[in-house]
Amino acid sequence: MDFELSEDQKMIRRTVADFVKKELPVTRMRKMRDDETGFSREVYQQMGELGWLGIALPEAAGGFGGSFVDAAIVLEQFGTTLVSEPFAESLVAARAIVHAGTEAQQETFLGPHCAGEKILTLAHVENGLRYGIDGLQTRAEKNDGGYRLVGQKRWVLAGHAADQLVVSAREGDGIALFVVDASEVTRKAVATMDGRKAAMVELDVTVAADRRLEGDGAHALSRALDDGAAACCAEGYGIMKTALDMTVDYLKTREQFGVKIGTFQALQHRAVDMFVETELGKSMSILASIRADEVDDAERQRAISTAKAQLTTGGKFVVQQATQLHGGIGVTDEHDIGLYFKRMHALQVLYGDEPFHVRRFTELPSFAA
Amino acid sequence: MDMSFSPEDIAFRKEVRGWIAEAMPSDLAAKAAVDGNFSHDESMRWHKILYEKGWIAPHWPKEVGGPGLDVTKRFILSEELELAGAPQLSPFGLHMVGPLLIQFGNDAQTARFLPKILAGEEVWCQGYSEPNAGSDLASLKLRAEDDGDGNFILNGQKTWTTYAQYADWIFLLVRTDPDVKKQAGISFLLADMKSDGVEAKPFLTTGGTPAFCETFFENVKVPKENLVGPLNGGWTMAKALLGHERTLIAAVGLSSRAIRRVKRIAAETEANGRPLLEDPDVRARIARLEIKLEGLRMQNYRALASASLGHAPGPESSILKLRGSEILQQSLELAMDVMGHNSLEWFNGEGTVPAIERWVPSAFNYTRATTIYGGSNEIQKNIISKFLLGLPTK
Ligand SMILES: Cc1cc2nc3c(=O)[nH]c(=O)nc-3n(C[C@H](O)[C@H](O)[C@H](O)COP(=O)(O)OP(=O)(O)OC[C@H]3O[C@@H](n4cnc5c(N)ncnc54)[C@H](O)[C@@H]3O)c2cc1C
Repeated sequence: MDFELSEDQKMIRRTVADFVKKELPVTRMRKMRDDETGFSREVYQQMGELGWLGIALPEAAGGFGGSFVDAAIVLEQFGTTLVSEPFAESLVAARAIVHAGTEAQQETFLGPHCAGEKILTLAHVENGLRYGIDGLQTRAEKNDGGYRLVGQKRWVLAGHAADQLVVSAREGDGIALFVVDASEVTRKAVATMDGRKAAMVELDVTVAADRRLEGDGAHALSRALDDGAAACCAEGYGIMKTALDMTVDYLKTREQFGVKIGTFQALQHRAVDMFVETELGKSMSILASIRADEVDDAERQRAISTAKAQLTTGGKFVVQQATQLHGGIGVTDEHDIGLYFKRMHALQVLYGDEPFHVRRFTELPSFAA
Repeated sequence: MDMSFSPEDIAFRKEVRGWIAEAMPSDLAAKAAVDGNFSHDESMRWHKILYEKGWIAPHWPKEVGGPGLDVTKRFILSEELELAGAPQLSPFGLHMVGPLLIQFGNDAQTARFLPKILAGEEVWCQGYSEPNAGSDLASLKLRAEDDGDGNFILNGQKTWTTYAQYADWIFLLVRTDPDVKKQAGISFLLADMKSDGVEAKPFLTTGGTPAFCETFFENVKVPKENLVGPLNGGWTMAKALLGHERTLIAAVGLSSRAIRRVKRIAAETEANGRPLLEDPDVRARIARLEIKLEGLRMQNYRALASASLGHAPGPESSILKLRGSEILQQSLELAMDVMGHNSLEWFNGEGTVPAIERWVPSAFNYTRATTIYGGSNEIQKNIISKFLLGLPTK
């Protein structure tokens, strides 16, 4: 067992932390809430140039051949200032292409992504499909031109600005994934609670046959959703740590009854509870990022569900208590703690909420008596 | 011990239900049906309808305009209003300054202010908290100085003043003597929001709505006749007021509506071809919360019945506040969970999510305030622990 970062990884962490602190502080995220796109394409491209977008993708496809842990290092830092660029969204879609695409397909679709020229996102969520992959309604049918896709996708993260969508669709009894140009679908931009944007997407489009990723779609999709959950854990830990730090600072500065409120033992214990959850969050984030690359499905799913269920429950506790301990100011839009609160709640929903992961945990062979 | 309803009570329930169905204007009824968010104007419209009927202040004595209902009928009335999803009314006049004036105001004050509170002709807000006087309210600084000419001159700032932007009047705790123990130098004043030098600046809550204000006072002249009770006697009265908030503080009505909304959302949400409300896990989660709420409802009945017999309040209101605020938060959290991805909704206007879900994310965020305002839950625990242990706190 070794939970130390390698020298290279430490370097990545330092670089990202510096960049985020200098270029992308939370004040900028605040501005981006009101921006029409909600993030900057230039900054996104810069992330490509810095090599971050391809960090956990195969070298043959233009990536750096790193592990998911490398991407998690970036995401954790992004969580500390709530970076608005769709890094995780693009990563999840790119990994879906890795999981399902042939080498040629990976090269075609991932090259421009790694360079920051194209933004990818996964278009999977639908009405009626709750979490996971059961209940998918969008259909794919083979026709002369390739495949016709018909359906509606909801809450496609960053879908309003993405260049290509990785679309999940039912094909016969199975599921297949298709890479669809955003220009070919009808999109409606919507705001999300966490100050970002997504798209509601209407699909009625025929795509060329080579847009169908050739591998097992259901399996690739399920892996990509696990990647998404692991991404939430990494970013979520960054949020927990930051919300804890802000709260500890506040407890040491705010005075009531003539003393720092941090001298009240009731609040000291609460801060300790937050700290314990945050430390467990770190463990969970590490577990998720190491196991995201695990090829054994049962083992990966057990770890991801453990991490997502525990981290998001702890994360909710931390941001809720952070708000509580800030008093009135904690429920003003002016104060940053509310931004962390909202994002943590969004992360809790994305890629399966706690009840979903708990249920999946019970359905794995390892749960047997 | 008896929890049964007399035939007269049952008839009263029928009467109330029938009246609400007839009296609620169709646009309000349509909103109530989807648990929409009522605007200030809408809730004032409903206020006036209840006033015309004589049911606006069931908890006020008959002599000052209450309907003279016994405690059981008051439960029935509030339950039926809550079941109908009627707009929430502003509490500041009806539940706070009104009862305080009834108890401590002089004849001129009650004659001047109470009728307009009842009629909804004057809207009130509460000016207690200041930037540095929140939980430690007694350290408030807003100065009121005697100008020797029959007026107080006010200088300073209040904050978190809910809906001050709509208020005609504000009731204030002010510092009238800075040289004594802090609780002993506080007075209770009523100020006209239209006075020169008053400025209410709304700001956004995390729910995305401008629900409260920073309220500034610069050389604001308040006639001395607006002093309630004795000079420097404000603290005792403010504490007494807490008892009057009991009818509201448990938020049983809000929570039961919130839980009903969770069920409606779950019934309409499809998960893998079936309504989510059929999912045993979801049913159990909702049931657990509803059971908690039923426990609170019973606790609230006991507290109200005891208060109506004139028993001195113990820590009941703190218990109600603690449990009630937590249940309300949990019911909004559960609504968010049941909505799934739709809980990402943020002010996208009609059509993005079903109407019944539209306000949930905003309310979920705003409701984090219920454990902070009205004496934070930590402060309530301090109060209860004093009662329980009788030991000095640190
Ligand atoms: C939405 C909203 C609406 C409001 N509306 C009004 C209004 O209309 N009028 C009005 O006058 N006020 C209003 N308030 C103000 C409210 O009463 C205060 O926010 C509240 O009293 C807490 O004060 P504070 O915000 O200064 O927090 P602080 O007192 O600074 O508290 C910060 C944290 O420390 C904790 N804490 C403080 N002292 C202790 C202690 N001794 N032991 C343990 N923990 C402690 C608190 O519980 C809290 O968690 C409103 C507040 C909100 C959020």
